Amino acid sequence: MRALWIGAALATAFAIAALVSFFWTPYDVASLDIASRLQPPSAAHWFGTDHFGRDVLSMIMGGARVSLAVALVAVGIGMGLGVPLGLVAAATRGSLLDETIMRGNDLVFGFPALLIAILITAVFGPSAVNAIIAIGVFNVPVFARVTRGAALSLWRRDFVLAARTAGKARARISVEHVLPNLANLLIVQGTIQFSLGILAEAGLSYVGLGAQPPTPSWGRMLAESQTMIAFAPWLALAPGLAIVLSVLGLNLMGDGLRDLMDPRIRRVRA
Amino acid sequence: MTLLAVCDVSVAIHDAPILRAVSLGLASGEVLGVIGESGSGKSMTALAIMGLLPQGARVSGRVLLDGVDLFARTEAEMCKVRGRDVGMIFQEPMTALNPLQTIGDQVAETVRIHGAVSRAEAVGVARATLDRVGLAAFPLARYPHELSGGQRQRVGIAMAIALRPKLLIADEPTTALDVTTQAAILTLLRRLVAEDGMGLVLITHDLAVVAETADHVAIMTEGRVVEAGPTRVVLRQMRHPYTRTLLSASAHQPKRLPRIARTPLLKVENLVCDYPGPRRGLFGRAPAFRAVRNVSFTLHAGESLGLVGESGCGKSTLTRAILGLDEVQGGRITLDGEEIHADAHMPRALRAKMQVVFQDPYGSFNPRHRVARLITEPYHLLADAPHGLARAAAVAQALEAVGLHASDATRFIHEFSGGQRQRIAIARALIIRPKLIVLDEAVSALDVQVRAQILDLLADLSIRLGLSYLFITHDLTVVRARTDRVMVMKAGEIVETGRTAAVFAAPQHPYTRELLAAAPVLEMTA
Amino acid sequence: MIRFAFMRIASLAVSLVAASLVVFAVIEVVPGDPAAYMLGMNASPEAVAALRAELGLDMGPVARYVAWTTGMLRGDFGVSYTYRTPVAGMIADRLWISLPLAIYALALSTLIAFPVGVWAAARRGAAVDAGVMGATQLGVAVPNFWFAMLLVLVFAVNLRWFSAGGFPGWEAGPLAAIKALTLPAIALALPQASILARVMRSALLDTLDEDFIRTARAKGLSRGQALRRHALRNALIPVLTIIGLQFSFLLAGAIIIENVFFLPGLGRLVFQAISQRDLIVVESVVMLLVFAVILVTFVVDLAYAAVDPRLRRPV
Repeated sequence: MRALWIGAALATAFAIAALVSFFWTPYDVASLDIASRLQPPSAAHWFGTDHFGRDVLSMIMGGARVSLAVALVAVGIGMGLGVPLGLVAAATRGSLLDETIMRGNDLVFGFPALLIAILITAVFGPSAVNAIIAIGVFNVPVFARVTRGAALSLWRRDFVLAARTAGKARARISVEHVLPNLANLLIVQGTIQFSLGILAEAGLSYVGLGAQPPTPSWGRMLAESQTMIAFAPWLALAPGLAIVLSVLGLNLMGDGLRDLMDPRIRRVRA
Repeated sequence: MTLLAVCDVSVAIHDAPILRAVSLGLASGEVLGVIGESGSGKSMTALAIMGLLPQGARVSGRVLLDGVDLFARTEAEMCKVRGRDVGMIFQEPMTALNPLQTIGDQVAETVRIHGAVSRAEAVGVARATLDRVGLAAFPLARYPHELSGGQRQRVGIAMAIALRPKLLIADEPTTALDVTTQAAILTLLRRLVAEDGMGLVLITHDLAVVAETADHVAIMTEGRVVEAGPTRVVLRQMRHPYTRTLLSASAHQPKRLPRIARTPLLKVENLVCDYPGPRRGLFGRAPAFRAVRNVSFTLHAGESLGLVGESGCGKSTLTRAILGLDEVQGGRITLDGEEIHADAHMPRALRAKMQVVFQDPYGSFNPRHRVARLITEPYHLLADAPHGLARAAAVAQALEAVGLHASDATRFIHEFSGGQRQRIAIARALIIRPKLIVLDEAVSALDVQVRAQILDLLADLSIRLGLSYLFITHDLTVVRARTDRVMVMKAGEIVETGRTAAVFAAPQHPYTRELLAAAPVLEMTA
Repeated sequence: MIRFAFMRIASLAVSLVAASLVVFAVIEVVPGDPAAYMLGMNASPEAVAALRAELGLDMGPVARYVAWTTGMLRGDFGVSYTYRTPVAGMIADRLWISLPLAIYALALSTLIAFPVGVWAAARRGAAVDAGVMGATQLGVAVPNFWFAMLLVLVFAVNLRWFSAGGFPGWEAGPLAAIKALTLPAIALALPQASILARVMRSALLDTLDEDFIRTARAKGLSRGQALRRHALRNALIPVLTIIGLQFSFLLAGAIIIENVFFLPGLGRLVFQAISQRDLIVVESVVMLLVFAVILVTFVVDLAYAAVDPRLRRPV
C-alpha cells in the first residue's frame, strides 16, 4: 500500500509541474541568455542552465507537459481502439472476425514503436504528433490482447450466460457485463502503458523523432547534454531523473492498484 | 498396534485458529474416514500430519507415527518421512501432476529421491507400481494431459504408494471424479490397504463414501473432532447433534406431490449438436465433435424431469441448445409449441417462458450490480416490465418467495453465502414467472445441509407456482429425491428413460446399472 | 511436432507478406519523386526519366512490390538512392555491429535475470526479495540511453576503462570489438534484465503455488528440490514469451544506443537515410527488423513446444 502512495505522489507531482508550466515557469524556456550559460545548480537556477543559458528547471517543467501529453494521448488511442477490438474479438470468439483481429494485432506487434515512428517520420517528417501516433498504434494491440483475454474468461462465467438467457444481445452484454468487470484491469494496464509511453517518447525525442525545437522535451535535453556531460553533468542528470522518477511513480502506482484490485489477493486477505 | 496417533493438535494461521485440539487414532490395515464440510479443518489435519502446513502456521500437540513424534522432527528429516513412510493423494487430479514430466518419471522420482537406486531400478519400480494401480496398459512415456481424470488419480496413487508407505492420506481423492470412476478408485484404495497392510486416512465430505469404505470415522466441524468411533456405531447412534444434521441432510427426501398434466411443455425431437473443433489458422477448423446424437424427449407441464450423465456425456451441450445459446446441427426443440433458436433469433416472449439456475453460486452474478438489478435482469424479456414501485414490490416478493428479505435488494452479491446466492439465482429465475426452470447442476456445489434446504425450496415453489423443472445433474441422489421421471445420457445419447422409482428399482440399460452400482449408498440403520 | 512446425512456418510466411505490404504501402504514400530529389533542382526531365527507369520507379505499384519482394528473397534489396550502392551490402556491413550488440545484450540480460529472479522467488518475503524487487523497479524505470550516458560518464570519462564510443571494427580483433560493444550491451541489458527478473520471480512464485508442487513435497522433495525439478521448467513458459518480446525491444533499443556510442550500426544508417530521404534504405532496414521480430516470435513458439508436451500434438 505504501508503494501506491509513493507512486501516486510522484505521478501527481509531475502532473502538477506539467499543468503549472502552461501559465508559469521560473524562466521563459524560449528566451536565450548566453551570458548566464552553463551555470551549475544555484539558488537562482535550481537545476542550472544549459549552453544557451536557458533555465533547466523551466525546461523540465515544459518537458513534463510534452511527455505526459504524448503518453496520455497514446494511451487514449490504444484504449479507444484496442478495447473495442478486444471486446468484439471476445464476443465473436472463434469466428473469422476474431481471427482477423488477432492476426492483425500480431502484425502490428511485430513493429516496435520505434520502427513505426521511423516509418512515419520517413514519410511525414518528425513531430510530437507523429510520436503520439507511433506510440498509440503500438498500444492498440496491447489493449486489444489484454481486453480479449480477460473478456473471454468473463464470457465463460455464468452471469454472462444468465444475461444471454435473458435475451440480451452480445453487444449489450459486452457493454453491460463484460466492460465494467474489465475496468480494474484496464486501469492497471493503462498506468503501465502510460509509463512505457513516457519512456518511448523520451527515446524518440532523443533520436530526434519527437517534439521539435523550441518545444522542450526530456529526450532532446538529454541528446543535447551528451557532448557536455564531462563538464556540465547536471544537464544530463536533471532530465534523466525526471524520466526515472515519473516512470517509477507510475509503475509503483500500477503495481499498487493491481494489488488493491486483484481479486486473488483480496480473497486471501478477506 | 496404533500406527498413527494425532494428539491434541492445534493449528493457528496468523492467530486465526484452524484446528482446535484434534485427536485421531488409526491402526495398520485400517481405514479412518474423516468427514466434514468445507472449512471444517479436515484438509488442514492432513497437511499437519505431513508437515506441509502453509508458512506462518503455528502448531501444538503431537503426531505420533509408530510412536515417533513427527512434530519433533526437523524439515530435513520430514523430507525422508514423506513419500517413504507417509504417502498422500490430493483432490484435483488435473493439477496435481507436473504437466511437463512423463508419468513414469514422476512415479520413479518417489523411488529415486529416497534411496541410492539406479535409474533403471527406479523405472522398474515405477512400471510395477503403475501396473498395480491398474495402468498396465499405459507406457511410462505418457504425459499427464494424455490421461483422463481417473487415470491421473491412479498415477497420483502410484506416486504415493511406490515405496509401500505405512500410512496413506487421501484428501478428497474422488470428489473431482465421476461416480463410476469414484467407485473404481475406492475399490483400488481398499485393495491396496488390504495388500500392503497400510493405514489409510480418507478425508471426504461425502458420508456415503465413508460409510462404504471406512472402519472408523471422525466427524469434524469448525476445527474440532465432534464425534469419532467405529463407522457402524457412529452412524447408528448419532450422538452429536452435528452428526445428526449431517446425516439427515445427506439422506434428505423432500416430499413430492406429482400433479402432472399431459400437455407437453418442452419437446426435443431428433436433436443433433456438434461441438466445434478448435480453429486452425485463419481459414481452417479441426473437425467438429458430435456431442448430442439424435436425442428426443418430452417434458410435460408440471413435471420434474431428471437428466443424468457423467462429465463429457453431452448434457452441457444439450442444455445450451435448450436454453437457446448455441445453434443446433439437426432436429428441433419446441417450448410451448414454439421453436427455440439461438441468441437473437429467439423471440423474447418465448425466452420468458424458460429460465435457468447455474451450478456455481459464485460465478453466476455480475459482482458489480446490486441484488435488485441482478434479479430483474430477465425483465428485459417482458414488453411491459413493471417500473418504479411495482418493480420494487416484485423484487421484494421474489426475494421473500425464496426465503430472503426485501431489504437484501440493495446489497451486493459478495455479501451472501453460497446457499443464499443460489436462492437469489432462483429468485432471478422466478421473477418473470416462467413455466420451466432449467436447473443446471444447481445444487452440486453446495454443502449437504444447504443442498437439502434448496431442494425443499424448489419442491415448495413447484407446488405453489406449478413450475416444471429440468434437473441436469451428475448426482443420482438429487434425481432420486426430486424428479418424476429420469433420463440417463451417455456418449451423446439417451440410453434409458422412465419413472424415477422404476429406473432406480429395475434399471434396464447396462450403463444405468453400472451407475447405480457405483453410487455409494448411505445405509439408514436408524 | 513436424505438423506443428509446419503450421507455424505457414503463419510466419503470412505475417511476413502482411508486414511487407504494410511497409511498402506506407513508403508508397510518400510525396515527391526520389529520382528528382537525387538529381537535384536543375536536372533535365530526360535524366530524371532515365533514372526513374533505372530505379524501376516507372513501373506500377504492383509490379514494383513484386520486384521489391522477389528481390529481397534473392538478397537483392535494391540500390541506395543516395550512395548508388547496393542496399544489401550497406545493411550487411551495419548488421555486423547491430546483431552482435543485440545478442550480447540478450545474453547479458538473461544471465543476470535468471539467477536473480530465482533467488528472489526462493526467498519470498525475505530481505533479499525486497531488495531485488526495489532494484528492479528502479531498473525498469531507467531509460537505456540515459543509463548509457551515465556509463560513459563513469567508465569512459572518469575511470577511462572503456572508450566513450566508436567501433574499431572486427578486423581489430574480436576482443577489441567486444570491448567496444560492452558498455552499449550493459546499457541495453540492465533495464531488460530488471523486467526479466521480475517476470522470472512472479512466474516461479505462481508455479510454486501449484498443486503439483505440493504433490512433489508429499513425495519427499525438499523445497529446493521441488523448485529445481518441477517449478523451474513450468515457470519457463512466461519467461520465454518475455525473452522473445525483449529481442525486438533490444533491436529497437540498439538503434538508439548506437547513437550514444557513435556505433556505425543499423541505427546510424536508418537515421542518415531518413535525413537524406533515402527511402529504399529505410524500407529495407525496417523490413529486416520486422523480419527479425517475426522470426524470433516463431522461434519462441517452437521453444514452447520443446518445453511443453501439451503443445506438441497438432491442434
